[in-house]
Amino acid sequence: MAQTISGQQATQGPLLSGAQILLECLAREGVDCMFGYPGGVTIPLYDAMYSNPLKHILVRHEQNAAFAAQGYARATGKVGVCCATSGPGATNLVTGLVDAMMDSIPIVALTGQVSTSLIGSDAFQEADTFGITRSATKHNFMVQNVKDLAQVIHEAFYLAASGRPGPVLVDIPKDVFQGHTHYKPVDEIHLPGYKVFSEGHTGQIRRAAQMIWDAKRPYVVGGGGIVLANAAKEFTELVETIDAPTVTTLLGLGGISTGHPNFISMPGMHGSYAANMGLHGCDLIIALGIRFDDRVTGKLAAFAPHAKVIHIDIDPAEISKNRLADLPIVGDLKRVLPKLIREVKDLKATEHGKNYQARVDWWKQIRSWKEEHPLEPKTSTTEIKPQQLMVEIDKISGGEAIVAVDVGQHQMWAAQFINFHHPRLWLCSGGLGSMGFGLPSAMGAQMALPDKLVFAICGDGGFQMSLPELATLVNNGLNVKIIVMNNGYLGMVRQWQELFYNNRLSSVELCSFPDPAMLAGAYGFKGRTVESPLDLPAALKEAVEYNGPYLLNVKVTPNENVFPMVPAGGAHNEMVLGPPKPVSVA
Amino acid sequence: MIQIISLLVENKPGALMRITGLLTARNYNIESLTVARTLDPDLSRMSIAVDVDPKLRQQVVKQMNKLVNVLQASDLTDGPAVARELVLLRVRTAIENRTAVLKEAEIFGARVVDSSTEGFVLEATGDAEKLDTFVDLMRAYGEIEVTRSGVVAVTLENKKLRLSPPVPAPSSGVVYEGEEEAAAAAVDGVLR
Repeated sequence: MAQTISGQQATQGPLLSGAQILLECLAREGVDCMFGYPGGVTIPLYDAMYSNPLKHILVRHEQNAAFAAQGYARATGKVGVCCATSGPGATNLVTGLVDAMMDSIPIVALTGQVSTSLIGSDAFQEADTFGITRSATKHNFMVQNVKDLAQVIHEAFYLAASGRPGPVLVDIPKDVFQGHTHYKPVDEIHLPGYKVFSEGHTGQIRRAAQMIWDAKRPYVVGGGGIVLANAAKEFTELVETIDAPTVTTLLGLGGISTGHPNFISMPGMHGSYAANMGLHGCDLIIALGIRFDDRVTGKLAAFAPHAKVIHIDIDPAEISKNRLADLPIVGDLKRVLPKLIREVKDLKATEHGKNYQARVDWWKQIRSWKEEHPLEPKTSTTEIKPQQLMVEIDKISGGEAIVAVDVGQHQMWAAQFINFHHPRLWLCSGGLGSMGFGLPSAMGAQMALPDKLVFAICGDGGFQMSLPELATLVNNGLNVKIIVMNNGYLGMVRQWQELFYNNRLSSVELCSFPDPAMLAGAYGFKGRTVESPLDLPAALKEAVEYNGPYLLNVKVTPNENVFPMVPAGGAHNEMVLGPPKPVSVA
Repeated sequence: MIQIISLLVENKPGALMRITGLLTARNYNIESLTVARTLDPDLSRMSIAVDVDPKLRQQVVKQMNKLVNVLQASDLTDGPAVARELVLLRVRTAIENRTAVLKEAEIFGARVVDSSTEGFVLEATGDAEKLDTFVDLMRAYGEIEVTRSGVVAVTLENKKLRLSPPVPAPSSGVVYEGEEEAAAAAVDGVLR
């Protein structure tokens, strides 16, 4: 910090540059590391960083800085921070921002901008970052004056983390970094239009409790909101109190331990038979922190046709957006669930007996669905089945490791077969489905939690999208275990081409893959290929025990497809259970 | 159908872009949009007419209310509200028709704001249908040119505007007065 010169200035705070103020603000917000890439207009910031304790992780592409910030945020619940220069730096962030927007992940992105005097002149590396990222963020700011900087940064962090979390971008012109002003820490927020409803309506909560006991076939669906609200404990308690069958969406995995006796599995396009039939057959959905995404509901008109819906979410706009809510509650699950649990318990004495037999029968039905078509991994002794790979990873993890995935078939198999006993272990680009997400998000999580075992499970396609980050792992001692599920295809697209496009495989063959030993070796760590199921457990063990990052290339059966599958636009009782021919189970 | 939304918005750079962008991103077509400062120079009032499926009307208002710069978004389509539009119409007309044109203008309560040998510029206000009729009628008198302001609307209800407290403290256990009602109202997309 600069020296204060006079008593007058001491009361106003020390005279600092914008860059220094920004770093002071970040420290005040509790930021311990930031993922970024410097460039022309952010040099003043990086110059100030030179003598600042803030840890800066130099990524190899800005998109991965945003993904890494997300990995950090998803694994810890804290706000992740990424930084890029103007123009191409800022535009490269966009995918990571939209991804965070779709999954409601709190990150703050800082971008440099050309000096205010040059804005609008088509200057070198100028882009309309503010305009471009408007729809990619929960909110964005452009700082016009160094005097506003501290206020804006404080508001950006507040917006990112509060309410329904999301990405916030702050665009900072070069002359704002360079300008000086008296820095005073900011505690106040001035966002008169920002509305957060956290408590939930008491009367509605009471009515919800009554509806829960009135139901004969209740069904709990937890979403990413459980994880975001840090409400896993409350969620589990509610499930146990009403003893209902429970599913969590892709982003909700870990919201209740996947080993919990009430937990069935994930519902939706690649959900289990029992999970989807449960949705189809239930008479009450208790929907907590979900947004009724099309991958969950399938054909909306045929979704849960017998069910009433209690929908609890912090975002009023999610209520009745896709599925009409019979009983909506707007609030923070962390605060609403304890109240709901209390109301449910209060009614238990008088209401428990009412539908007791119906509920016993409901559980019987669910169990028989589970036994009829269980989610079972395929196995083989001659080739590695992708499902088998996930089971082996699960054995090592024991429900405790962080698993970051890319997007596609491997993501679905990982969701089906890997257990998560806690929230924030499963890092997955759910809404946007961004390939290349796995490795950088694993990197961010490992940075936040250096002692944790972190897997990055990628397809051979997605891995090659974020391949340059291998250098970042090495540079920062991040011992991420990269497991490439290599089937030589862009598997999910191939699956659709096989099933719905007459097997006309178009641009889905990834004809070559780098030799993992040589590739990892070139970066200075270890890698290998494993092809036999007999070698797989030992290979995974070696990867985990190796002191450093590890690249394990697992060659799996090339033509395996993910089942069960609800075809896009199909209803849950029209699941395709497996190859070769679609079987209607209606 | 056309939905009329009234918005109270912070007068900040980019606020208009956020609103129009939201409408475009969700595939709603803007029929008209007017914006001007309110008595408080930090705030602007917008009136937007959007063409939207009636089923999505609440959703539009809820999405608007989510914008950080929007203090209040309300749907005035069915509520007690007054909606008006202004039209400036230039008509080129022959000398012998001038009296007739003036007579028609009088019927519609239009004022003459410019007069020349070639014709008039007329100013009329009213609801959209009335102005449509006026424009159609004037066409009979000669070549016309029309600029319309788009609808401006004001509610007749006395809605209380509830602002977030200056330093909201999430998870502090403090329940702000009226939050419960506001949360219930938010479900309907209206802040009461």
